[in-house]
Amino acid sequence: MSEAFFEVEGLNTWFFTRMGIFKSVRDVSFDLRRGEVLGIVGESGSGKSVTGMSIMGQVEEPGRTVSGSIRLDGEELTSLSFEDMRRCRGRRIAMVFQNPLMTLNPLMRIRDQMYEAISEHESVSEDEMHQRCLDALRAVGIPSPEERLTAYPHELSGGMRQRVVIATALLLNPDLIIADEPTTALDVTIQAQIIHQMRRQIDERGLGMIWITHDLATLSELADRILVMYAGAMMETGTTAEIIGSPRHPYTSKLLESVPSRNVPGEKLRQIRGTMPSLLSLGAGCPFMGRCEHATDACARGVPERMFSQTHRVWCHHPLEV
Amino acid sequence: MAETLFEARDLSRIFEPARGALQQLSDRITGKQPAVVRAVDKVTLSVVEGETLGIVGESGCGKSTLARMITGILPVSGGERRYRGEDYVSFLARKRDALKVQMVFQDPMSSLNPRLKVGEIIGEAAALHRVVPRARVRDHVVEMLERVGLPADTITRYPHQFSGGQRQRIGIARALAVKPELLVCDEAVAALDVSVQAQIINLLMDIRQDSGLSMIFISHDLGLIRHLCDRVAVMYLGRVVELARTEELFANPVHPYTQMLLAGMPRISVERRAFMPIVGEIPSPLHPPSGCHFHPRCSSASGHCSRIRPELSEWTPGHMQACINAG
Repeated sequence: MSEAFFEVEGLNTWFFTRMGIFKSVRDVSFDLRRGEVLGIVGESGSGKSVTGMSIMGQVEEPGRTVSGSIRLDGEELTSLSFEDMRRCRGRRIAMVFQNPLMTLNPLMRIRDQMYEAISEHESVSEDEMHQRCLDALRAVGIPSPEERLTAYPHELSGGMRQRVVIATALLLNPDLIIADEPTTALDVTIQAQIIHQMRRQIDERGLGMIWITHDLATLSELADRILVMYAGAMMETGTTAEIIGSPRHPYTSKLLESVPSRNVPGEKLRQIRGTMPSLLSLGAGCPFMGRCEHATDACARGVPERMFSQTHRVWCHHPLEV
Repeated sequence: MAETLFEARDLSRIFEPARGALQQLSDRITGKQPAVVRAVDKVTLSVVEGETLGIVGESGCGKSTLARMITGILPVSGGERRYRGEDYVSFLARKRDALKVQMVFQDPMSSLNPRLKVGEIIGEAAALHRVVPRARVRDHVVEMLERVGLPADTITRYPHQFSGGQRQRIGIARALAVKPELLVCDEAVAALDVSVQAQIINLLMDIRQDSGLSMIFISHDLGLIRHLCDRVAVMYLGRVVELARTEELFANPVHPYTQMLLAGMPRISVERRAFMPIVGEIPSPLHPPSGCHFHPRCSSASGHCSRIRPELSEWTPGHMQACINAG
């Protein structure tokens, strides 16, 4: 197994509001190897998207990354100047969001937007830019890319638009792509196509990818490893087989059980009682304890890390037997 | 045999682009037909008492347009609707009867009036149409809130003070407050987190069991459809391509589109399957392919498929499908 080229350690991103401090990301650490997809899974408010934004250095006021280290090939990103970080974004780390219409400029042809992405970071001839755009569009399965280049975003379907965004992310051959719910808004058949093509690009180019989603089914198809987050904290991490096949954290297990395909049709779904706690009122204990069947007094006092294999780690006092 | 509650025959809805006077004149002179979208194209289906009918399909397949015609929000362009055998237009004209068909929407934020308190939202229609006596409206609202698992003090709060899951509960309480017989849920849980989704699905199942409510459950999520529905209609570009009992449809899908949809369904599994995604895009509803709408993406298409409009016909008893090459 190759060395990790990307590491996040002890990441804390908080939002300072009038109501108090929302600790959206608390002590999150993970790493990534080349050619690997790490899936970050969680529900709304789990901190998965803020983790992605923190890596990009794009957390907006009143939010701030208060501590933590983010290293790409050993280089500390959190200490980069604004200009250096701007060069790093797009060039070395690219991001793909859920809604391609928010990423694409509606007034510009696809070609001009893609050219801009290249010329922002490199000075190359127009012919070469043209060729690179065509290659990138082909790589993500866009038919007749020549015609698409001259189209405006509104002339493309949702699936095509998202492919254009992914192709643009691939243009500069980044080391890392962060994709935040990239296929959530798409139809099942289109989603399957894009996942298929993404996997091929990751394998061929040896790039690393962080795929942020609420959808365990998509991750089980695509990810090599999974990190489960809840209310800003890490709950469990492991290979996809470990998380899906033998989850140890009660939350992971409950989440998997509540999916309809894991229930008997026509019977009631096994649901998780209660709701996620407010990020304002989190103590030192496990954020899931209020909803957990296994919770004891110990859960209110800190959360121990348990290791079940080289890759499988759980933050819980009462990990499940498998 | 339970009574048929709602039935639609050859139901169609055509959307025409807005045209200025000049455009209309020039079209008339040149004899050009304006491009129209057949959002729903001759759909025939029915719901019997106590049954849950699922409608599944991808974006643009017309499932939401169909839902809106079923609830009577949207007028139809063709075909007929009946409620307990009675013509739907005269049924809907009796306002109090029209309440028997209710709808739950995908986005509770845009379907709940932000300026009204929850108590008013839930009680308004019930009070106006005297579903319960005026003096009992408040108690009725509290009962409805209890029914959907919300505390009584919810009454005096506003929609924005609730989470997505709670708002969806309010939307369901509002629908239930007028004692409907048929509940049409259009992507009612699509915007919710998995754990909240499970809570809402369970709530709907409880309500259905207690009150014998019939449901039309519209979703793109095959897992949910399989879990909740008695029968399923699969739609593609405005037409129903297959309709069968749920177990039958998932066990023996006949139409190539259904087969591919089921194969592409994301599964939570440790084993990676070598999956072959459906090729091609969903065509534009403005220019649907001729004949069978699915033929350009279909691996078993023959020459006839681009010429003949396939009709839904019985494959086995209770199992309808619309592929001319099936079998």
